[in-house]
Amino acid sequence: MSFIDTFLNGEQRLFKPNSLTPMQKLALRFVVVGVLYYGLSAIEGMIMRIYEIQPIPGWDSEHFFAIMTAHPFVGIFGSSYSIVFGAFLFLVPFLMKKPLWSIKLGNWSFILITFGTLTFWLTGFINHYAPLYTLYWPLPADFSQFNPLGGAIFILGIALVMVGTLFFVFNIFKTIAYTPEGWEKVPAKAMLASATGFSWKESIFRRKSKRRDNLVSLPVAAIARGSVDTFLNAIIITFTGVLILVYMVAALLGYDLRESAIDALLYKNWFWWGLDLIADGLVLIFVAGTWYLLAMLITGKDLYMARIARLALWVEMIVSWTVWSHHLLADQAQPVVLKIVSGEFVTAFELITQGLAFFITLITLWSARPLKMTNELKFLLGGLLGFGLAVPAGIIQADIGLNRILHNTQWIIGPHVHVAILIGLVMTLYSAIYFLLPILTNGAKLYSQKLANFHFWAHLIGGIGMGAFMGMAGLKGMLRRTIYYEGEFNLYMILAGICGALLILAFLAFLYNIIMTLGVNGLIGIFMPSKLKTKALLPEEE
Amino acid sequence: MVDSNLVLNGQTIAYTLYAIVIILLMAWFSYNITRPGKAGVLSNRLFAILVIFLAVLGVSLHIATSMTIPWVPIDLNRGDITPDKTFEITVADHQFHFPEEKMVARVGEIVLFDVKSEDLTYGFGIFRTDKSMVCQMQVVPGHRNDLMWRFEKPGLYTVRSTEYSGPKGHQMIVKDVLEITE
Ligand code: HEM
Repeated sequence: MSFIDTFLNGEQRLFKPNSLTPMQKLALRFVVVGVLYYGLSAIEGMIMRIYEIQPIPGWDSEHFFAIMTAHPFVGIFGSSYSIVFGAFLFLVPFLMKKPLWSIKLGNWSFILITFGTLTFWLTGFINHYAPLYTLYWPLPADFSQFNPLGGAIFILGIALVMVGTLFFVFNIFKTIAYTPEGWEKVPAKAMLASATGFSWKESIFRRKSKRRDNLVSLPVAAIARGSVDTFLNAIIITFTGVLILVYMVAALLGYDLRESAIDALLYKNWFWWGLDLIADGLVLIFVAGTWYLLAMLITGKDLYMARIARLALWVEMIVSWTVWSHHLLADQAQPVVLKIVSGEFVTAFELITQGLAFFITLITLWSARPLKMTNELKFLLGGLLGFGLAVPAGIIQADIGLNRILHNTQWIIGPHVHVAILIGLVMTLYSAIYFLLPILTNGAKLYSQKLANFHFWAHLIGGIGMGAFMGMAGLKGMLRRTIYYEGEFNLYMILAGICGALLILAFLAFLYNIIMTLGVNGLIGIFMPSKLKTKALLPEEE
Repeated sequence: MVDSNLVLNGQTIAYTLYAIVIILLMAWFSYNITRPGKAGVLSNRLFAILVIFLAVLGVSLHIATSMTIPWVPIDLNRGDITPDKTFEITVADHQFHFPEEKMVARVGEIVLFDVKSEDLTYGFGIFRTDKSMVCQMQVVPGHRNDLMWRFEKPGLYTVRSTEYSGPKGHQMIVKDVLEITE
């Protein structure tokens, strides 16, 4: 096959978008857009990396901070949410052997998240609305620094993403609980209780002989529990967005609402309560669930200590509602009891829950030794290492003593945030993508294993390296969210920049590999309506 | 006496060692998982020990730091401690306003920085001349932001905002505004 032919039609012309079911298309659309938004977030990250070595002439600080505001939103909502939602909307029906409740609603989630992200990214780009994702009150409503119209469109973009997110959550719970046509009645309440874990007493305290089987499988339970946090988070972000919008609309109409009407510390508490449901909630729960699922699929065996794993997922959900105060350890007016109980000790529970997920996955894999080092196994091991590094880094900074000298330094955003996201979360997602690729594409063949190997090593080394050099700079006093004009930390920043470049190369290798696997025509075909009128996940065998 | 630099050096060594161990462990695991050999699982007892170990590790970190890091008891009990020196500082419109052109205190004295914001959320950080951080806190409008500190080394210190307060605030730096004498 010629290069052009592969470029247009994919490796050995094996991928035929016309053969895809609407469900396969839905999942693939999410994944393709999620991967592209990852690329956008990585490019923004790289621009900031360069700027932190040497401010780019002609780009003022407003531009830099506008990028910094859009970057995590694009990375988390545009990329991670898209990939996760696409995979889970496919996997829940796959694991439960029943159709998705509504493919249409799934497509609406896709449209809203894709266009919501595009909206806030574009307005951020044009208007430089830059309150950063923490939105500390009253900064988002400071119209001496930001244009209220640009800000309002930015917030609207986020609101679209949140509506798409709520549709996703609704679809997942409906799928778990509904009775498809022609089926025997599904016990909806019991299904939901089992999925969210509120039937835990049943499985823990009953004698083994009297124990009933869990109604939903462990990975579905993980998806449901993560979705609870996704829901709560969407509510808090939407509520905060509406509050900010009120100030913006008033400013546009010529009224100046009093900013002090809102207590900045109370606001910080509720916003971090909601925001932390992403970092310490749904990410940890979804990731643990994905590890378990991948370990079971890779080994073909049951999960080791499955009952404990199920309980740990439930504990993680409850813990995720009570740890927000570790973000307020540097706030002197925050009550000490909250700092110690929520900020330090409940947070330390995450070492247990995430540690359990880590070991249970490793032990399950070990039980099926020897395994072939496939792409999905490789990336899964990378994902495990990512959290193995980033969770203890987080526990260290969630300490009253250490937070005093770590808060808002590059330590937080390097060894903790970027290692957790880039190595822990993103490598786990890549593992799922490599695993799902043949299933979602009806047997497309990966174009190049060498490129996949390069993708793995460059991403792993780049991500850990970038986190490490940012961490070293942080320990020497370099702040996050700060431009240094005299090259004060340049040794670390240049090294972090080289690692950032490695991450970009890894992404380009992956993107090229996927384009050559599916072909440009194949990729376009994913976005065309499916010719098959079926709710089934996979096309019926001929 | 324990200075924040010393604590950071300790943390750097501890975390670096941990990172090396976990990377080597994963490398060993990844190599051996592909090789034939005994494919067992942990016994229930070993698994229980592992869980207990994680719990002890998480909790003991905080107990250890609260007993060894000198600013923790000062911070937690600052309401009951009478400072040797108090500096009342205001922040407004991305500017620090200090009570004196140069704030002076002595090594070993307990100093209270009482910082008030009149508009946005800022940060208040004290830095050495080599740009490393001594300590910091958030400065939230409408609330009391008080940081109590005992300095261990003489010298000149810079104050800069450690929190983002919009693009206008990205260079809120006041060089050598604090002097600690012998
Ligand atoms: C090649 C990939 C990436 C590079 C090079 C990169 C680089 C950066 C840089 C330089 C910063 C600013 C650090 C500072 O001085 O405060 C930053 C901030 C951040 N990044 Fe990334 N990043 C990458 C990918 C991602 C992804 C994929 C996500 C999320 C899914 C993410 C989440 C964040 C967050 C949450 C912040 C903090 C922003 C803030 O302080 O308001 N990054 N990144």
